[in-house]
Amino acid sequence: MAQILVYSEKPAAARELVFKAKELGAALGLGVVAAALGEGAAGTAAGLGEYGADRVYVSEDSAFAGLPVDVVAEALAQVARAAGAEYLLVSSTRRGKELAPRVAQKLGAACVTDVNSLTLEDGVLVAGRYALGGATVALEKLDTQTKVFAIMPKTFEIGAPTAGAGEVFAPALSLQPSAVKLVDRRPKEGESVNLDAAERIVGVGRGFGKREDVALGEQLAAALEAELACTKGLADFQWLPEERIIGLSGAKTKPDLYVAVGISGQIQHTVGVSSSKLIAAINTDKDAPIFQLADYGIVGDLYQVVPALVEKLKGL
Amino acid sequence: MNILVFVKTNPDLQMIRIKDRQPVMEAIPYKVGDLEKNAVEAAIQLRDAAGGGTITAVCLAEANRRAKETLKEVLAMGADEAVLVTEPALEVADQAAVALVLAKAAEKTGYDLLLFGEGSTDNYTGQVGPRVAEILGVPQIGYARKITGTEGGVQVERSMDEHIEVLEAPFPVAVTVVSEINEPRIPSLMNIMKAGKKPLAEYSLADLGLDATSVVAQKAILSNLAEEQDRKHIMFDGDPAAQAEAFVNALLKEGVLGR
Repeated sequence: MAQILVYSEKPAAARELVFKAKELGAALGLGVVAAALGEGAAGTAAGLGEYGADRVYVSEDSAFAGLPVDVVAEALAQVARAAGAEYLLVSSTRRGKELAPRVAQKLGAACVTDVNSLTLEDGVLVAGRYALGGATVALEKLDTQTKVFAIMPKTFEIGAPTAGAGEVFAPALSLQPSAVKLVDRRPKEGESVNLDAAERIVGVGRGFGKREDVALGEQLAAALEAELACTKGLADFQWLPEERIIGLSGAKTKPDLYVAVGISGQIQHTVGVSSSKLIAAINTDKDAPIFQLADYGIVGDLYQVVPALVEKLKGL
Repeated sequence: MNILVFVKTNPDLQMIRIKDRQPVMEAIPYKVGDLEKNAVEAAIQLRDAAGGGTITAVCLAEANRRAKETLKEVLAMGADEAVLVTEPALEVADQAAVALVLAKAAEKTGYDLLLFGEGSTDNYTGQVGPRVAEILGVPQIGYARKITGTEGGVQVERSMDEHIEVLEAPFPVAVTVVSEINEPRIPSLMNIMKAGKKPLAEYSLADLGLDATSVVAQKAILSNLAEEQDRKHIMFDGDPAAQAEAFVNALLKEGVLGR
């Protein structure tokens, strides 16, 4: 029986993909297998079984130290061949995104990365991903026998574990150590702006007349318990750091609430917020494109509206 | 030290407009991708730090893309030589096909270090670098934010999702770079003039031992449209205080405030 093979170096992402693979496998008549590779693999394996993998290929081979992409790709290709995998689902983390094309190349497979939707249409898996810098969504189908999908973490809802532990299997892998050696690994430091994960975001744009005025945006963000973000234009003035850019040149976010203040709404910015649950906009120009994207709109002078909003929010 | 740096001509995304959900691509200028420029700059800095070596820029000409101008621009930045692969069949090439052509061009040219942007600025698939590395059987290091030459290889500091990793590899190795690695130089007028005199080799697929059947796309794009937006379009009128009150009440009703 052909299989769907799931792998991610992140256990949570692997469980999410296994859960989704179970659903797809039921529709396609395919079994689900998973691979857990490297240090701690044995520990992750049981969880993958519980979420739906019939069999988990586990190896803690010393060649996986540092998870070199060439070695992991070779191992996954060997597992895919042994399991008769027709589909490979990996996570589109940075590690996964450099892994997916390499393993695809080994398997003669087409591949799509940064997948943020996966649907079955007449028995064919159709993957959605942003294209043209996020201005559009491309729907792609793969025509090769084996197909590799690198999927953005948290694309799918994960349910409760239902299955048993699954079978743990130690494959006979033939691996050479990588020529690439890991010398050091340390957590990222610096200003911790995590716009991707923010639930509420206040975005500021060129409607702000001078640098000091951005403080108004900060006040609104504080009152909403939101992250502060900006357009590229504002970061180009160096009024806010580049880490806070949303859009083509910055973060692609999906908060529950996005409040655009003094932002006209060019596509180069709005690609980064169009997945927000709710969008609100404050702008002096009633014809600004941002209002076409807004659930709630206020036509008005931000220098009057924002302080009124802050006061109102503080009074709650 | 032989450095190959792979460059692509991208549409200028700042110029794209959407009409009826369709991207309007007519009259969009094409330019060297930003990340490719970072890769070229990294190559120049490595060569200059080593006090020698050759940088060859490799570009694949696709339909209506000013590939020669792209190569001239990177030659003006400081690349020494250029290779251009031209073939009508490449108009529809997917990432696997592009990678195959680039890998063959790399074999023909010779290399120690292969440099790529981590993705192209338009579609950002990130597939070509890893696929070229696999075809050539060389290891790869993605997301470099710093590259230092070592005796017979490189040390790379790279930016992962939550970590910084420092890796070392001997040549040959493929490295992809992120934008924070450097600020690409803007070529001087004099260097732009000189660029026209630098060697530029043109290959067809046949020159690389390939033909049109080797570059058939293995995937299909079913549609490419702007997302549909279903928004409420509720506007609040009145003076700022009234607008603020109505807005906050709406947010409370939506349950999106953090309290």
